[in-house]
Amino acid sequence: MNNQSCIEIGNEWGIVSARQAGRELSKNIGFGSVDQARITTAISELARNIYLYTEIGQIELTSVVKDNDGREGIKVVARDKGPGIENLRDVMVDGFTTSGGLGAGLPGVKRLMDEFDIESMPGEGTTITTVKWLR
Amino acid sequence: MKSVVLQHLKDNKSLYIEEWRKSLEQHEFTKQGSTFSSKDMQQEMKDEFISVVFQSIELSSEENRDAVHRFANRLIYNGWAFSEFIRSLQALRRVVLHNVSANFTKEEFVDVSVEFEDWLDEQITRLAEEFSKIQNEVMTMQKTAMKELSAPLIPVFDKISVMPIVGTIDTKRAAQIMENLLEGIIEHRAQVVLIDITGVPVVDTMVAHHIIKASEAVRLVGAECLLVGIRPEIAQTIVNLGIDLDAFTTKSTLKKGIEAALELTNRTIETSEQMQSNGGLKR
Ligand SMILES: Nc1ncnc2c1ncn2[C@@H]1O[C@H](COP(=O)(O)OP(=O)(O)OP(=O)(O)O)[C@@H](O)[C@H]1O
Ligand SMILES: [Mg+2]
Repeated sequence: MNNQSCIEIGNEWGIVSARQAGRELSKNIGFGSVDQARITTAISELARNIYLYTEIGQIELTSVVKDNDGREGIKVVARDKGPGIENLRDVMVDGFTTSGGLGAGLPGVKRLMDEFDIESMPGEGTTITTVKWLR
Repeated sequence: MKSVVLQHLKDNKSLYIEEWRKSLEQHEFTKQGSTFSSKDMQQEMKDEFISVVFQSIELSSEENRDAVHRFANRLIYNGWAFSEFIRSLQALRRVVLHNVSANFTKEEFVDVSVEFEDWLDEQITRLAEEFSKIQNEVMTMQKTAMKELSAPLIPVFDKISVMPIVGTIDTKRAAQIMENLLEGIIEHRAQVVLIDITGVPVVDTMVAHHIIKASEAVRLVGAECLLVGIRPEIAQTIVNLGIDLDAFTTKSTLKKGIEAALELTNRTIETSEQMQSNGGLKR
């Protein structure tokens, strides 16, 4: 089983391939259809943000195992060297958007996944790390 | 173009073809998506390729391009993997340089091999060029085909139309959908439009946003939008995303949506028995 992949997001097709890879991997790990949809949607949000707000970035997908109880899960990392995010608290508020979108992407991803961590340096780029565990 | 090496290749054509053919024996020509390709089919392809390459010596550059184009066309439409053909040309290099070193003096060899490398590079470039040209054509064709597929507005009853959306929605398709929707509403004098998203694999914030914008536009032209075909897992992700679809009438299936649409336009569907027990024609 191919349990790691990295997809470049340079255009809208990159978003589609990241989603497909995410669906494939989450299915292999054993996620049910609702969680597959959650994971795929989260990947779609992260990839689209890369496409919209940065030149280029990537989505890394890895199957992981939890330390304390051996549960399996999927780790989704979105990494870019874009403009970064000034105020991390702002972007996590529902409805905050600088592009006339719904502003539901990032807070939505946090709710779709089990773990969510965002690191960003203005001018350096953004790395968002999320994990979903099998129930 | 009376090059020494091309004359040499021409004069010894049958020898080179035989040796090249032999060296290609271990080469596996595969088809993309690994559809089975028999030894016979492979051999046929190899022989055709060999003859295209050797013909090029005698053809004008124009004619050669045509021949390579036709060949590349067949490669793509039959799904042959491209890389093996490049490797084959590299195999030809080994065969030729080996023989050339035996047939020419050391002094001649330098010039001849440079000449040969130039010729071979030209063959490789030409094949790659024609191949990617055709691949681009195929891609443009597929894009057009996708556009033709995309979201027609279908009148199903008087004043009621359905728009089934199938596949991934990108920015271009979203614009197309909006256009079809508004034009269709006016054309069919629709009062209720059912947007069916059963065939949309992922409903993320962008898709939701486009649907919301579309329904607002529909309202502006005096009609109403119903959203149908929301699969259970999609309903959950929409809730997780925190997207508010309260402004929408949503129905799980197209059937329920059509019933609701009929109600909105003051109609119902009755079986003939129901009609009789209701005392014949109503309304
Ligand atoms: N990778 C990134 N680099 C720089 N800025 C970003 C990045 N991701 C998000 N942002 C900023 O955070 C804001 C909020 O992002 P979020 O995904 O929550 O909403 P949105 O993209 O504006 O709209 P939606 O996702 O609902 O369509 C964005 O408008 C953008 O300004
Ligand atoms: Mg977003």
